Amino acid sequence: MKSVVPVLSVIAAIIGFWLLAVIPMNMHLVADQAQRDGAVVMPDTPIARQEVSGIALAVKNPDLIPLTYDFNRPRLPAPQQVAKEMYDTIIGQRITSKRSLVYHGWVTLAPTLLGFVIGTGLGVLLAVGIVYSRVMDRSVMPWAIVSQTIPILALAPMVIVVLGSMGVQGLFPKSIIAAYLSFFPVVVGMVKGLRSPDAMQLDLLRTYNASKSQGFWSLRLPASAPYLFASFKIGISASLVGTIVAELPTGARAGFGARMLVGDQYGQPLVSWAALFAAALTAAALVGLFGLIERITLRRMGMQAT
Amino acid sequence: MSAVISASDLDLTFQTNDGPVHALKGVDLDIAAGDFVSFIGPSGCGKTTFLRVMADLEQPTGGGITVNGVSPAEARKSRSYGYVFQAAGLYPWRTIGGNIRLPLEIMGIPKAEQAERVARVLELVELGGFEKKFPWQLSGGMQQRASIARALSFDADILLMDEPFGALDEIVRDHLNEQLLKLWDRTGKTIAFVTHSIPEAVYLSTKIVVMSPRPGRITDVIDSPLPRARPLDIRDTAEFLEIAHRVREGLRAGHADD
Repeated sequence: MKSVVPVLSVIAAIIGFWLLAVIPMNMHLVADQAQRDGAVVMPDTPIARQEVSGIALAVKNPDLIPLTYDFNRPRLPAPQQVAKEMYDTIIGQRITSKRSLVYHGWVTLAPTLLGFVIGTGLGVLLAVGIVYSRVMDRSVMPWAIVSQTIPILALAPMVIVVLGSMGVQGLFPKSIIAAYLSFFPVVVGMVKGLRSPDAMQLDLLRTYNASKSQGFWSLRLPASAPYLFASFKIGISASLVGTIVAELPTGARAGFGARMLVGDQYGQPLVSWAALFAAALTAAALVGLFGLIERITLRRMGMQAT
Repeated sequence: MSAVISASDLDLTFQTNDGPVHALKGVDLDIAAGDFVSFIGPSGCGKTTFLRVMADLEQPTGGGITVNGVSPAEARKSRSYGYVFQAAGLYPWRTIGGNIRLPLEIMGIPKAEQAERVARVLELVELGGFEKKFPWQLSGGMQQRASIARALSFDADILLMDEPFGALDEIVRDHLNEQLLKLWDRTGKTIAFVTHSIPEAVYLSTKIVVMSPRPGRITDVIDSPLPRARPLDIRDTAEFLEIAHRVREGLRAGHADD
């Protein structure tokens, strides 16, 4: 509970900065609109106004400032506008409606979860291979690292198009992108975790003449649990980002990524911002969920979560 | 009595980037059944390496060694010794009982017998009632006792102990030494015990092996005239001090050529 005050302070600072930024960001648009509506604006032509900054414009026309917080198609929406849009599209719609963010959220969440399962499964298998096989250690790890240097934005459309031409559509291609992003933190964390037992603990098992599989199940796997959970938390958020990126360039009709793109293309910034915040909240909820599972599991194992 | 552990002309040379290091050179030693043998010497004298060779954790580069009449590798595979490390090394995710059960699970001992053995060795190290506790809930001395119980649980005849009390304070150490002697007396095991401490070596052992470094070798083997039953205050007797003196002389002689 001690963390409440610092967390709230940071949030207050961010919202404060946001509220201040709304004025100069929207001032030109508001001034143009006010002039069309018959108000007197200084300077009095759009071209002349382009020459001055948003801040200077606000100083010259202080009576227009309140309008920047309530503009229809703002460059930067005000916090309460985003909050209202989110309320309208999350609570105010049937969740089966195409306008509901819950509907779009599920469209994004389903491939995220499937991709996460594929990615972590693959990651754990690769990690076990890397730890137990020198050949895999030398051959797989460099490729895993190289795979993460390719911009996902370039790769995602190719994967979607290639899979689409093979008749694979819908959930699965997006899951592949999500898995592609989430397997890497799992590989890295799991390799570190499986290698975390020290020489003494390995020697101890040797004095018992334990087999390799006994060493894996009784020592290496439980020792890797704290590392695995850290990887899960990174992996699940990477998975969500992967799914959203997979929705962006491919003309997807639904999902957070599609909403962000639609809002951008049709001049509805509120739609984009609402989707952006909904995605962030979803990621936070997923990470929080894994944090909870981590705590419960590690407590049951007699270890303290770090 | 035939030797439980017998080394003859044992050599072990590590190849390092700075050239070969002679960890053991020309080591001859016989340990009889029921002996309590301490290895004492400065760091680098090879006492831990010697213990690890007995346990098949290091491979000698020359000479011969048998444990229970067979090679260390065969002795390890037939699980004929229990090894206690410098740190307790308990698995944090297992309870004390679960840690002691670990070797029994690995060796495929039936469940009912596991429970019975765990209870028995916990009594032996005076940790009855701590079976369900996790390691972090125990003091360092209690953790080390639990690790001794773990080494005892599968009833090997030989106990190899590598500075098991090195990290503990003097008071706890005295107490554990006393307990270890009782345990040795009751179980009749053969114990090989590596230590830095002269009083500890003299107090515990029937045989004290003094070693010196560069190359690691045995400089003196002292058969202790002290009786098997040893109260803590035996350390104030003239006999005890005389043996301690001889050990100290042996250690000093080993250093003379530096």
